[in-house]
Amino acid sequence: MTLSSERMQELQAIAQQVRVDIVSMVHAAKCGHPGGPLGMADFMTVLFMEHLNLNAENLNDLGRDRFVLGNGHTCAGYYALLAAKNLIPHEELLTFRKLGSRLQGHPHRTPEMGIDFSTGSLGTGLSAAAGMALGARLNGTTAHVYCTSSDGDSQEGQIWEAATSAAHFELSNLTVIVDFNNIQIDGKMRDIMNVRDLRAKYDAFGWNAIDVDGHDMVALDQVFSETRNASKPTAIIAHTIIGKGVGFMEDKSSWHGVAPDDDQLAVALAGLGAPG
Amino acid sequence: MTLSPPLATGEVKKVATRAAYGEALLALGGLRDDVVVFDADLSGSTKTKAFGQAYPDRFFNFGVAEANMMGTAAGLASLGQQVVFASSFAMFATGKAWEQLRQCVCVPNLNVKVCATHAGLTVGEDGKSHQMLEDITLMRAIPNMKVIVPADAIEARAAVLAAVDIPGPVYIRLSRASTRVILGDDYRFELGRGNVLREGTDLAICACGVEVAEALDAAELLFAKGIDARVINLSTIDPMDEELVATAARECGAILTVEEHQIRGGLGDAVAQAVVKHCPVPMDMVGMDGEFGQSGPPSDLLTHYGLDANGIAARAQKLLQRKG
Repeated sequence: MTLSSERMQELQAIAQQVRVDIVSMVHAAKCGHPGGPLGMADFMTVLFMEHLNLNAENLNDLGRDRFVLGNGHTCAGYYALLAAKNLIPHEELLTFRKLGSRLQGHPHRTPEMGIDFSTGSLGTGLSAAAGMALGARLNGTTAHVYCTSSDGDSQEGQIWEAATSAAHFELSNLTVIVDFNNIQIDGKMRDIMNVRDLRAKYDAFGWNAIDVDGHDMVALDQVFSETRNASKPTAIIAHTIIGKGVGFMEDKSSWHGVAPDDDQLAVALAGLGAPG
Repeated sequence: MTLSPPLATGEVKKVATRAAYGEALLALGGLRDDVVVFDADLSGSTKTKAFGQAYPDRFFNFGVAEANMMGTAAGLASLGQQVVFASSFAMFATGKAWEQLRQCVCVPNLNVKVCATHAGLTVGEDGKSHQMLEDITLMRAIPNMKVIVPADAIEARAAVLAAVDIPGPVYIRLSRASTRVILGDDYRFELGRGNVLREGTDLAICACGVEVAEALDAAELLFAKGIDARVINLSTIDPMDEELVATAARECGAILTVEEHQIRGGLGDAVAQAVVKHCPVPMDMVGMDGEFGQSGPPSDLLTHYGLDANGIAARAQKLLQRKG
């Protein structure tokens, strides 16, 4: 079923709020990673609001879906979506990265708020997600496991160990969404270490692999619907623009891990149509 | 004073701790359907193969990819329904996958039991690339990881059977070579509890793993020279039995540690921390002192590096000269 235009507008509004939350959180923390999650906001919104079977009521159900943020540094957007799903209070977002906060600089496994796994070190997320998918099968549940990754994350060798084993164990209940924005800390991904065609790579590893525009919510919704019934593990290569929605951050590696100052926050919020 | 456990009597038996692990796993498979076993293409050597043949639905071979194996073990354990035993050689389980053990297993404190075989010099002829001598250091450095080095096959079996009920990550260090069975059949393992295997008050020799048997033999050599050595099996490195160590320091006045491992960060360091904290006395550490091993038969290697009974006894006598 395709998204109604009404629902589409709601999702766009949620994605916009996620972006407002991301820049506000990173600004309040005076550090963090705004660029990545801004680029991921559209596919994360579609995943969390339309497909990921995780909510405050089913937190303790063994059969609910699982999510692993493989590129853990992009957690500001993840936390914003946990708030959008009422798994954490919205006002808690501004505690991000502060002493004593549940919203750590990189996600720490906190089942009571729906954070299923600790991440932050690149390369480790997909293996953990594969373990959850294996567990869902052992436990006889229909849970689907979603994991994010990125073009930079794909430079880690462990990703390809995990890709090999997930196909070998036929984990069709596993979906990885690769945020492909062609940016990493030191510059353009293709200049630093080109991972090339990830769709072709995952395909060669025995996965169901799809390229998609990471900002096309209709296409994303369609792809997520299909992966649920795939016969193999699925890799969605989501082509995105880092910093999307905040003009001065778009396609800039310099906004990987820097907080906006007061003036930049005001410009960003105005651009997102939010009160400063 | 901790009561001494009964020691083995009668005919001398030699069994590798990895063999005891394999048997214990097989037994656990029948007792507990939540036990799942992972291996990385070494199941014949680590002895997980028997479990895999008996319970193929709960056995997963990851091929030669240890980092992925540990990360996957953590993901599976995160669902809270299974206890995962993950095995490889100590070199690869703790070396290649150290970061996965830290980030994925120990940070979220998950129920993964790392049972690593072929630890230490007694790997023998395979040489330094396979003689893991830094694993105790690497594992005890990580918060939440419990570190166990069984003294013999009896203790290895007991520790594996106990580990299934110990919450969170556990590391069990096992050996390739067949070594003497020293504990009695009714030995009971308790995490964090050392055992006095021989009474004595001139000095205390604290050992773990294959070195416990060597330490007992060293105590016999010392006894012939009029020296009465206490021998303590400190099979749990973390959490350390600080009370037992402190008592030994107070009553014996000198402590010698013995391990088939680097002394930097290993058993010696762990005991030294307890001694310094509770009752500083002269101490020395027998182990590998900042060098790698080499190829050779296990017993020749122990002799060459001063890790056999004679080497230990000599170091004990030297230590006693420092005792006030």
